[in-house]
Amino acid sequence: MNAPAYNFAYLDEQTKRMIRRAILKAIAIPGYQVPFASREMPMPYGWGTGGVQVTAAILGPADVLKVIDQGSDDTTNAVSIRKFFGRTAGVRTTTHTTEATVIQTRHRVPETPLKAGQILVYQVPIPEPLRFLEPRETETRRMHALEEYGLVHVKLYEDIARHGHIATTYAYPVKVAGRYVMDPSPIPKFDNPKLSNSDALQLFGAGREKRIYAIPPHTAVVSLDFEDHPFEQWRHPASCALCGDDASFLDEVITDDRGGRMFVCSDTDHCESRRAAPSQPTVQDAEVARG
Amino acid sequence: MTPVDTPLLIAEGLSKWYGRQLGCRDVSFELHEGEVLAIVGESGSGKSTLLRILAGLMEADAGCVRYRMRDGVTRDVAALSEAERRFLFRTDWGYVHQDPAAGLRMAVSAGANVGERLMAIGERHYGRIRGTALDWLTRVEIDTGRIDEPPTRYSGGMRQRLQIARNLVTGPRLVFMDEPTGGLDVSVQARLLDLLRGLVAELGLAAVVVTHDLAVARLLSQRILVMKGGAVIESGLTDQVLDDPREPYTQLLVSSILPP
Repeated sequence: MNAPAYNFAYLDEQTKRMIRRAILKAIAIPGYQVPFASREMPMPYGWGTGGVQVTAAILGPADVLKVIDQGSDDTTNAVSIRKFFGRTAGVRTTTHTTEATVIQTRHRVPETPLKAGQILVYQVPIPEPLRFLEPRETETRRMHALEEYGLVHVKLYEDIARHGHIATTYAYPVKVAGRYVMDPSPIPKFDNPKLSNSDALQLFGAGREKRIYAIPPHTAVVSLDFEDHPFEQWRHPASCALCGDDASFLDEVITDDRGGRMFVCSDTDHCESRRAAPSQPTVQDAEVARG
Repeated sequence: MTPVDTPLLIAEGLSKWYGRQLGCRDVSFELHEGEVLAIVGESGSGKSTLLRILAGLMEADAGCVRYRMRDGVTRDVAALSEAERRFLFRTDWGYVHQDPAAGLRMAVSAGANVGERLMAIGERHYGRIRGTALDWLTRVEIDTGRIDEPPTRYSGGMRQRLQIARNLVTGPRLVFMDEPTGGLDVSVQARLLDLLRGLVAELGLAAVVVTHDLAVARLLSQRILVMKGGAVIESGLTDQVLDDPREPYTQLLVSSILPP
């Protein structure tokens, strides 16, 4: 058997054409959810079947692929998708944000600002921002069509009534190009401002829900809020224990069962490149110097 | 004619068939601002069909419903675009369902239920929304301390009052009510009717109330339509029709009320 086991990037060409059409439509109508005929992929739903299909449709032999999961390059999800395309498309893979042309992501936007020509592909579990308040798909579609978005604010109202502030910390609803309200996938709201006026193209794929949507480059994306409770970015009030960054999004890592914990950058590539650069003293270095 | 003399709502020759089954036939009437019209009749007489057609929830097979918009222009409701109709429905109109669960969002707090219409028409100030919600809860006699509870924790009577507050918050001119006191016990009914009568008088609301309870019709409405088998068989001033019914069926209805 010398015949290749797979077509380039796993999906057959007709499927890729179908997905590309959906992507083009999504780019033409920023924030609008385009239905597409999502395929079965060799991984379970929830592992990024939507993102993988979008990536497969846009990947070319010259592309360099990076896959991150919660900001990290080395978790199971990221490693297996990276290997999947390494095997089925033979493309070069990387962990460096600056080198990649296509970045598939789950739950984070890289800290390094994206450049023109790069494409960020998000894995989306539930694309409908109105879903938890309005269970009927027919009704939510009509609400999008007629721009009836009062319901999103009902959710934010509930947050303030219950917690005293807008307690939604991820999948924070945004309005794209002044028209469609969109779920930015479960990225932390810390990342929301990075969606707006980005130089890179941002694509969103939801495999189980069969929807693709997009934010073209240089598109205004506004996080929804109240006049007296404006949108606020949130991060742990600490700096990274490894690289000392006090502006990046941090993960809390529990180190023992006696309350010990440390905060580290969620974006591993960002953290590693800061540590590799010689001029950056780390917190530990500083402590050693002080001690 | 001055705007006050023009009717708020005009129904002309409304008919509806469900296949070969008649829903309602050739119903016409006019409703003026501040006027309450009761539609009474037995189950299956076409009351609810008529109400749903009037409120634009269902299309009539014949006839039309015209409404005088806030700008004073009377327009055919069926000819409005969907966006306009939905906007009308959540600003200038109210619809009180018999089952409060159908008219409320049971999963969100009472305050958000009242505030939803405000947010839908573009209010973006939390403090003001909450202030209005508190004000309306007071007006429908709900303890303001319970503003953050979902309606699932409310009693039937409270839910119905919350539904009324939710509808009235945008200052509608016309409210449709489908058996507003159905399913409530007698003392709660009396309290709700009292509240409704007060609000209708205070706000100068026009209302179309569908009910099978003649006591509700007598307490709330100035005019009445009696329906039987899909047609209006008698209409007129409420007191007149109920005290001196002309049609045999109306006489039967009135005489079937148990004497107090």
